[in-house]
Amino acid sequence: MKIPYFPGCTLKTTAKNFELSAIASAKKIGIEFIELDRWNCCGVVSSLTSDDLMKHLAPVRNFLRVQEMNKQGIVENENRMITLCSMCYNTLSLSNQRMKENADDLQKINDFMHREDDDYKGDVDVVHFLSILEEYGFDKLAQKVTKPLKDLKVASYYGCTLLRPKSVGIDDTEDPKILEKFVESLGAEAVDWDAKSRCCGSYHTVNNIDIVYRLVQGIIDDAKKNGADAIITSCPLCAFNLDVRQSEIKEKNSDYQTIPIYYFTQLMGIALEIDKIELGLEFNKIDPEIILTKLNLL
Amino acid sequence: MAKKIKLNDKNTEFYEKIVELSGEQVALCDQCGTCSGGCPFVEEMDITPSQIMRLVMLGQKSVMDSKTMWICASCFTCTVRCPRELDVSKVSEALRQTKLRTAIDEISIEDISKEEAKKLPTIAVVGNFRKFTG
Amino acid sequence: MSEKRKMLKVYLAGELFDVPEGSTIMMAFEYAGFQLKHGVGCREGYCGACATIYREKGDYKLKGGLACQTVVTDGMTIAQIPFVPAEKPIYDLTELTPDVSTFTELFPAVFRCVSCNTCTKACPQDIEVMDYIQAIIRGDIARAADISFDCIRCGLCAMRCPAEIVQYNNATLARRLYGRYLAKKSPELDKRVQEIEDGKFDEQIRELNEMEKEELSKIYFDREIKIS
Repeated sequence: MKIPYFPGCTLKTTAKNFELSAIASAKKIGIEFIELDRWNCCGVVSSLTSDDLMKHLAPVRNFLRVQEMNKQGIVENENRMITLCSMCYNTLSLSNQRMKENADDLQKINDFMHREDDDYKGDVDVVHFLSILEEYGFDKLAQKVTKPLKDLKVASYYGCTLLRPKSVGIDDTEDPKILEKFVESLGAEAVDWDAKSRCCGSYHTVNNIDIVYRLVQGIIDDAKKNGADAIITSCPLCAFNLDVRQSEIKEKNSDYQTIPIYYFTQLMGIALEIDKIELGLEFNKIDPEIILTKLNLL
Repeated sequence: MAKKIKLNDKNTEFYEKIVELSGEQVALCDQCGTCSGGCPFVEEMDITPSQIMRLVMLGQKSVMDSKTMWICASCFTCTVRCPRELDVSKVSEALRQTKLRTAIDEISIEDISKEEAKKLPTIAVVGNFRKFTG
Repeated sequence: MSEKRKMLKVYLAGELFDVPEGSTIMMAFEYAGFQLKHGVGCREGYCGACATIYREKGDYKLKGGLACQTVVTDGMTIAQIPFVPAEKPIYDLTELTPDVSTFTELFPAVFRCVSCNTCTKACPQDIEVMDYIQAIIRGDIARAADISFDCIRCGLCAMRCPAEIVQYNNATLARRLYGRYLAKKSPELDKRVQEIEDGKFDEQIRELNEMEKEELSKIYFDREIKIS
């Protein structure tokens, strides 16, 4: 299966480990990501005011690229656009929803983008890789696993943007299960915990780090309390806060017990025995290899 | 926050502007406090999200002096839990935009240190600037 | 010129003037008696000093162009821009890294881009300005350098940008980073630089320095250009 793929800016820089491991893992189960030509930054956060149409231009331009890929025959009748980053998923989905529901807004945006070859017709669907995996079937994924992640206790961190608001959430907002099902399909143990969808502090990490330290510490403490060896995420901003900011907490307090943070696709790669070089483990700040080596998974 | 508000002080224009920008009928708020109870940032805020709703409802422009809407990170926890299905995140955004649209930024983008610039992922910087600069 | 040229009516800095058809905006200003001291340079479309904004009669679009290259149309309203005030941080190229973090530090405003494409529409050089700004945001410095190669730094993009990005200074930095850190090293260049340092061309330079202007001009225009 070939599917148009929107990477997002951070997957090309600090979160290369996410992109590398996702592409390699997907390939292993027969899903090929075709990167959009000339994609642009989605804007990260969705504009929430009723009249702020300009902020929706960036998402819509990307949908045009998907239309073009179909027109040019790069993909065949594939109106879905896959995303890995949760924030891109959320922002693109919310804009798309608005375009599909509000013909006047769509018209205005199309008129403004008169230099684009075509109008956006509103028929692209933004999907997260996890939803594609769910559709593929976690049972089927489990059959592909050649190195089950036995004895690895994983806390699945959803954060905000995979689940909220409801209209774009990929699972139940209060009791999501999709990541846990994913974890179990890899042969690991899914830890139940409270902080799975609590905000990590998000972009406050730029100018108000103390908020982030407090929230990150709360999330990490909860994962440890419930016996987790590792936390997985699908958001490069959550990953940065949980990984890099956690390591800074450790620098200030040497007694602090850290917990490694992985992109869900990195663990998928290990279970599918992807070449280590494609997991990008060197990008993870808190040593990702200790627990994996201990459990003979590397 | 024991503060007396005279109801005839209602700034109708301000109230209507926030309703229009947010697209939310703020007056439908029951003041149940679910938004404040679930907010992961509430302890950093000077007034709670439900107090924000109340002040907007009463057309109190003084709400603009609060830091609450700048602490709100649009995590949508309140949004998915509101029994009146009001999107409190959108009200926060409307309040932020009310200031940002007068060309006054909430942060100074030049303040990022060299050390932080080396670390910060693009996603953090873009998101931050979208929320804090106009 | 035997035939009388047709005259067009144009508004220059708010006043109505008759200027000959076929004039560039710069010629129109000078025909009308303005003495341009700022916003004028090479007069050949290379230096980027003469950015101008104008509206054509009956067109809602505010357009931009180079005064020395844009031909006036009847009823055109023109405003000359002396220069564009721009943020220009001082940096030492040898201390930078060719990645996105350099821009986070020096040009944080670039991350305010909303992909509206107004910069591209404003560019008189037909550069896909938005695309190179987006390339910078995703850390693809080589792509940004490549797309922006024809930039002449006229400033029209920065004038129109709703996010107040100074595109051309970002592009200049991208090309400098590319040149210093990313471009494939050329052994031929190193060899030639060594030859220059060793004085291989000193004699030829001395001959050129001693030449009369006419002679110099002749060999300049008679030179052979190799286009590969």
